[in-house]
Amino acid sequence: MKLRFEVNGRKRTAAVPPMKRLLDVLREDLALTGTKEGCGEGECGACAVLLDGELVNSCLVAACQAEGAKVRTVEGLEAADGQLHPIQQAFWERGGAQCGICTPGMLMASAALLAANPRPGESEIREGLAGNLCRCTGYVKIVEAVAAAARAPGAKRSTRKGTR
Amino acid sequence: MAMKRHRRRVGGAPSVRAFRVVGTNVLRREGHEKLTGRALYVADLDVAGSWWGLTVRAPHARAKLLGIRADSSFDWSAVSLVTAADLEKAGRENVVSLIGDDQPFLVAREVQHPEEAVALIAAPTREQAEMAARHLTIEYESLPAELDFERATTTFKKYEILKGRLARAFPLAEHIVTGSYRVGHQEQAYIENNGIVAFPPDPARGGVREVRGSMQCPFYIVAALARLFGEPRERMRVIQSTTGGGFGGKEEFPNMLAGHAALLAEACGRPVRMLYDRAEDMTATTKRHPGRVAHRTALDRQGRILGMEIDVLLDGGAYTTLSPVVLSRAVLHAAGPYRCDNVRISGRVVKTNTPPNGAFRGFGVPQVTFALERHLDRVAAEIGFDPVELRRRNLLADGETTATGQAVADAGASRETLEAVLARAKWSATRKAHAAWNRRSVVKRRGLGLACYFHGTGFTGSGEIRLASTAAVELLAPGSVRVRTSSTEMGQGTRTVFAQIVAETLGLPYDRVETFDPDTALVPDSGPTVASRTVAIVGRILADAARALDGGLAAHAGRKPGKPWSIRDFERATASYLAGGGDPFFCARFSNPSNQRFDDQRYLGDAYAAYAWAATVVEVEVDLASFEVRVLRVTSAQEIGKAIHPRFAEGQLEGGIAQALGWGLFEEVAMRDGRMANGQLTNYILPTSVDTPPIDLVFLERPYEHGPFGAKGIGELPMDGGAPAVVNAIADALGVDLDRIPATPERIAEAWLTKARIRHSA
Repeated sequence: MKLRFEVNGRKRTAAVPPMKRLLDVLREDLALTGTKEGCGEGECGACAVLLDGELVNSCLVAACQAEGAKVRTVEGLEAADGQLHPIQQAFWERGGAQCGICTPGMLMASAALLAANPRPGESEIREGLAGNLCRCTGYVKIVEAVAAAARAPGAKRSTRKGTR
Repeated sequence: MAMKRHRRRVGGAPSVRAFRVVGTNVLRREGHEKLTGRALYVADLDVAGSWWGLTVRAPHARAKLLGIRADSSFDWSAVSLVTAADLEKAGRENVVSLIGDDQPFLVAREVQHPEEAVALIAAPTREQAEMAARHLTIEYESLPAELDFERATTTFKKYEILKGRLARAFPLAEHIVTGSYRVGHQEQAYIENNGIVAFPPDPARGGVREVRGSMQCPFYIVAALARLFGEPRERMRVIQSTTGGGFGGKEEFPNMLAGHAALLAEACGRPVRMLYDRAEDMTATTKRHPGRVAHRTALDRQGRILGMEIDVLLDGGAYTTLSPVVLSRAVLHAAGPYRCDNVRISGRVVKTNTPPNGAFRGFGVPQVTFALERHLDRVAAEIGFDPVELRRRNLLADGETTATGQAVADAGASRETLEAVLARAKWSATRKAHAAWNRRSVVKRRGLGLACYFHGTGFTGSGEIRLASTAAVELLAPGSVRVRTSSTEMGQGTRTVFAQIVAETLGLPYDRVETFDPDTALVPDSGPTVASRTVAIVGRILADAARALDGGLAAHAGRKPGKPWSIRDFERATASYLAGGGDPFFCARFSNPSNQRFDDQRYLGDAYAAYAWAATVVEVEVDLASFEVRVLRVTSAQEIGKAIHPRFAEGQLEGGIAQALGWGLFEEVAMRDGRMANGQLTNYILPTSVDTPPIDLVFLERPYEHGPFGAKGIGELPMDGGAPAVVNAIADALGVDLDRIPATPERIAEAWLTKARIRHSA
């Protein structure tokens, strides 16, 4: 099929089999390798992206399901001038990223969480990230980072804009 | 919600000057790449013209390999196939170079474990390679296999540690308490699977074979490839790509994978990518050694330990790999941070027809720590002692000796961590509150558990002396320094803390020090990135190299060495030094600064140059309907010498504790016919953000005088004691005895129902 969709605000097309995993379309056809594969069965969340604002595991989404959709990946978090999104900045400052392989998915899950709930409490943050496995941090610094991002000026605005 | 943390220095620590970079939370060096998705992990490398490589694996635990037949109806023209016969024909040495030299890259005659590599296939695409694999017929004759390590008779390695005379201690004992404890496999479960890209030998570069990928130890791979191909090490070039977690799982296994990829690259004359998927990574690669540890303990009336007899048995899997070293570290930590004059520790690691077990954070110590700390709670219960009081009476004090007779100057840190964690966790008040709560609660019980433990920094015994690691710094115009070491960044913060150590040594700002992921063509061999040695051992060598640079530059500029440089002076001196043809490289080599002495034959003496100490308290709530355990809180006091980067140190401890809780509670490797039956993240359960509790840390810092700025090794320490602490808490909550992990709801239910039946029949 000729897949037409919008990725990080840009219109993109790709000639792909309709059942090709969105993860592979992003990584192979669009060279957006920021989205990672950890398990290939929707357990680890490393491949999480936003599909029309909703958090999905891109390893479980077929290309045809993304037809006409708006996809946002980790590459689309930064502002056009290269300024980091407040969530990225908070992860960096708080030590929320160690080996970094879960980070793209974790950032997208955090963005989805803050879009739905701009001031989450600790248990809401933990609940919101429960679909994303991290083997390095024990989650403490990630939870702190999301809480810090929620408090950061401009977090709400840029998150909302990004998830539409 | 911000977790509060205490940091204090205890005891007679030497006073140190105020640091400018060390001890601050500078930003992670490679943070920007990782946060923006730009960091290139091995699967992200765009390798022009590369083929896909895969491994054909044996289905049997043990079998004679009768033959490999390629289906002649299939078009093999665009496929490369490599088997052991090809290695033999080409005169390659079919041995994965490590300790035992018993493991082949490819099965030649007899399969020794399920998932063992039998053939390698490369094709232009993954689909073509998989199609080719389906057209390969491999015939086996199944043979009887040994799958139970407790019955296994082939021993890879044995150790015995003797101190004092057990025969004298036991007759004097008021109490003798025995126990036997079992621990299961654990999967490292880095979120990035193993992966390697290998390039064919490049005639334009003198036949250099290049390998890139996810790894902990680039020079291990150099050695393995040189042996496989019978070529000099200089011809092997190994480059680390951004590595998505290791935890030991990328210590030795990448030797095998790199060999496979390099063989295929040579066979097809193109770069070959071998990227394991989760199922292959989980079923075919190394895990933590399962084991059984038996204790027999003699105590006097006051609860002082008179004698300890400890028997450690580990399941090595089918090949030697690193098992002798894992066993060594296990026996050296088996008596824990406790004082005892009469000790016998015997250890054995045996062969089973299961995939080889290997390095995993803690490296034998979590196994023996689970047994000992669980046993001490059993001892306390049997002799009618409070578990805290029992430990208080027996923990080492400053200058007392370990089981190998090593007098450890700062061993009293063990007591300090205990008192610190008890105070922080409000142990006594919480226990009282639990007693009241448990009387009211119908379906839930709460409990508190404790574990005290230690971990030796760096290689065991004379290991660091034999390694003789080297690190270098390079002076760059107009005025900065580049770190050159083979220590890998895999999340722990190597690049950041190395830059901090060098910057602090020279008195330069953090951003004047550059770091990069190791490329063996560009860095000296700093030893492997394992054994909690990166900061404390390699960091120290690096500080020595930076001091050499300071000395060279200061001499050139005619000033006194050891003074912090201003940027202006540093730039000026650098320009003139380099213009005058000065050598920009400054190297340093490990010099055994602590004068460590160890008898490798008798296992006596200074087993480790330094130890880090910890005490952890876990609070749980157990549901009596489902036997589900909720960890409410973890409090941990850890004495780590000096936190070079406090936030990263916290991150190490928090992450290690989470892994330890996972191992203690739900990470169960289900083995069926010697093969992992739950090799997927759907049913091998890792802790999520909801399972992992808030973690309250207390840092204690008693600087290690030979570590950089006082730092000890901390990477593995937090993995050691979480499992016994959480199981002790469950046992406390329910009044049951648990001697096996993971403490799954099924096992807890069994213990609870057994107790109910005993009560009922009594």
